[in-house]
Amino acid sequence: MSRRSDFPLLVANPGLHYLDSAATSQKPSVVLDALRNFYETANANPHRGAYALSVAATDAYDGARQKVAGFVGVADPDCLIFTRGTTESLNLIATSWGRTNLEAGDEIIVTALDHHANFVPWQQLAISVGATLRICEITSEGRLDLDCFAQFLSPKTKLVAVGHVSNALGTINPIKEIVAMVRERTDAVIVCDGAQGVPHLRVGFDELGVDFYAFSGHKMCGPMGIGGLIGKRELLEAMPPYQMGGDMVEFVYDDRTTWNVLPHKFEAGTPNAADAVGLAAAVGYLEGIGMDEVLRHERSLVAEASERLSQIEGITIYGPPAAERSGVVSFTLGDVHPHDLATILDGDGICIRAGNHCAQPLMRRLDVSATARASFYVYNEKSDIDALVEGVLKAKEIFGHAVV
Amino acid sequence: MPSSDRSAQIGALYQEMILDHYRRPRNKGELERADESVLMKNPLCGDEIGVQVRFDGDVVSDLSFSGRGCSISQASASMMTQLVKGKKLEEVEALRSKFRDMVMGDAQAADDSALGSARALSGVCKFPARVKCALLAWNALETALAKRTE
Repeated sequence: MSRRSDFPLLVANPGLHYLDSAATSQKPSVVLDALRNFYETANANPHRGAYALSVAATDAYDGARQKVAGFVGVADPDCLIFTRGTTESLNLIATSWGRTNLEAGDEIIVTALDHHANFVPWQQLAISVGATLRICEITSEGRLDLDCFAQFLSPKTKLVAVGHVSNALGTINPIKEIVAMVRERTDAVIVCDGAQGVPHLRVGFDELGVDFYAFSGHKMCGPMGIGGLIGKRELLEAMPPYQMGGDMVEFVYDDRTTWNVLPHKFEAGTPNAADAVGLAAAVGYLEGIGMDEVLRHERSLVAEASERLSQIEGITIYGPPAAERSGVVSFTLGDVHPHDLATILDGDGICIRAGNHCAQPLMRRLDVSATARASFYVYNEKSDIDALVEGVLKAKEIFGHAVV
Repeated sequence: MPSSDRSAQIGALYQEMILDHYRRPRNKGELERADESVLMKNPLCGDEIGVQVRFDGDVVSDLSFSGRGCSISQASASMMTQLVKGKKLEEVEALRSKFRDMVMGDAQAADDSALGSARALSGVCKFPARVKCALLAWNALETALAKRTE
């Protein structure tokens, strides 16, 4: 059954093969309608007005939080902070929790598999407080090297930052196993980057066992500019605010201020209510499909794409076997640079990503400057794979027989 | 968006001459007794190009390039070295300016035989995302010349 018809951009461009959902997903009508409906029926500043319209805006915003919290498996919706997305969520933790709790001599563990957004904030935090950054290496198959990880764990470890799913390779990390290792050996706080987790997997924050979990709405059929940070209540309550302004305060005296309760303490200024409502609609859309079906659908496409691409001479596919990845196929074609490949594919309406995927530490370890990445989502179909394979063959032909 | 126009533009971009310079780059490697050396990187794609230049008075007497990247950046660097070797600084600057105009879409510049084989890169103007690739080596050269006159 085709889901393309749910996505106006894809309907308007029948020849388009959108294979860059790991960068951002397309948006279904239900999400676009929800945005428009909010602005047409409930637009006012939430939490402010003593009039019915503002109450409607507040209800819509609060309702969105409950809907999204249910989807990511956090029983206490006040522990879900709306942010601009994963990047802001991770920076919030690094700034608010990190600068309050870390000091010289402490250790932070990050991984070579992670996106810059889950690497650079910790690197810079370590530099600024004099902590040591430990980088967990990867295996030749693009999995986290858990032996390396175990060696880094010590009483000095104060923070562990790990991605749920690699955006560059699609590797799904064993978060529960990692949590167990960390808890057994340290009191470290565990941060999980779920930007590529929530769109593709059934995520349950409370059972996952991490302390913080960050995600973005725009990769899961939601609008750009909205995402979330989930944290354990005791940690969030002990943290200082990240930004100051309206809504996040309780009493403002001339010489001091007290903070509002969760989640408002971390949501300074007018909240992004419309996009939160859009995100809740995206959650409804994904629930309608079912997250088990989302993953099954992606896996079948990734398996077929990997199989067919691997039959082309000169193709190298990176990462673990297809059955262990989410919806990503990261590859190179001989000496054809990924950017050239992307340009040639673009000529046939095939959108892939080429570059370092915001993962330069990973690219260095794979010893490539860039890869081509095709990523799949709920609206992709077999015809997208057909186009991809044809496009790659065409690139091979343009670059001639001497693909080495 | 896909169309037969786009397909033709792809064909115009990836001409034999460009692929030839990509596969068999001219003046690639270390330059002995270089007066100036500049390394330029494009963080978006990881491409990097180093340009080394030797001067004889106000003439670029020899130059070479190094680095790795896509066919457009590598071919452009290779063609550039052929084009500017032995030219006076003011001529090099004029060529740089003309090349820049060409990849930005100036049809007159694309017709100018002064650009020699580098005219094969005129098709880049149809691919805004790739203009930077074509200009990387020229930007490195510009920086090298600026360092020289400092």
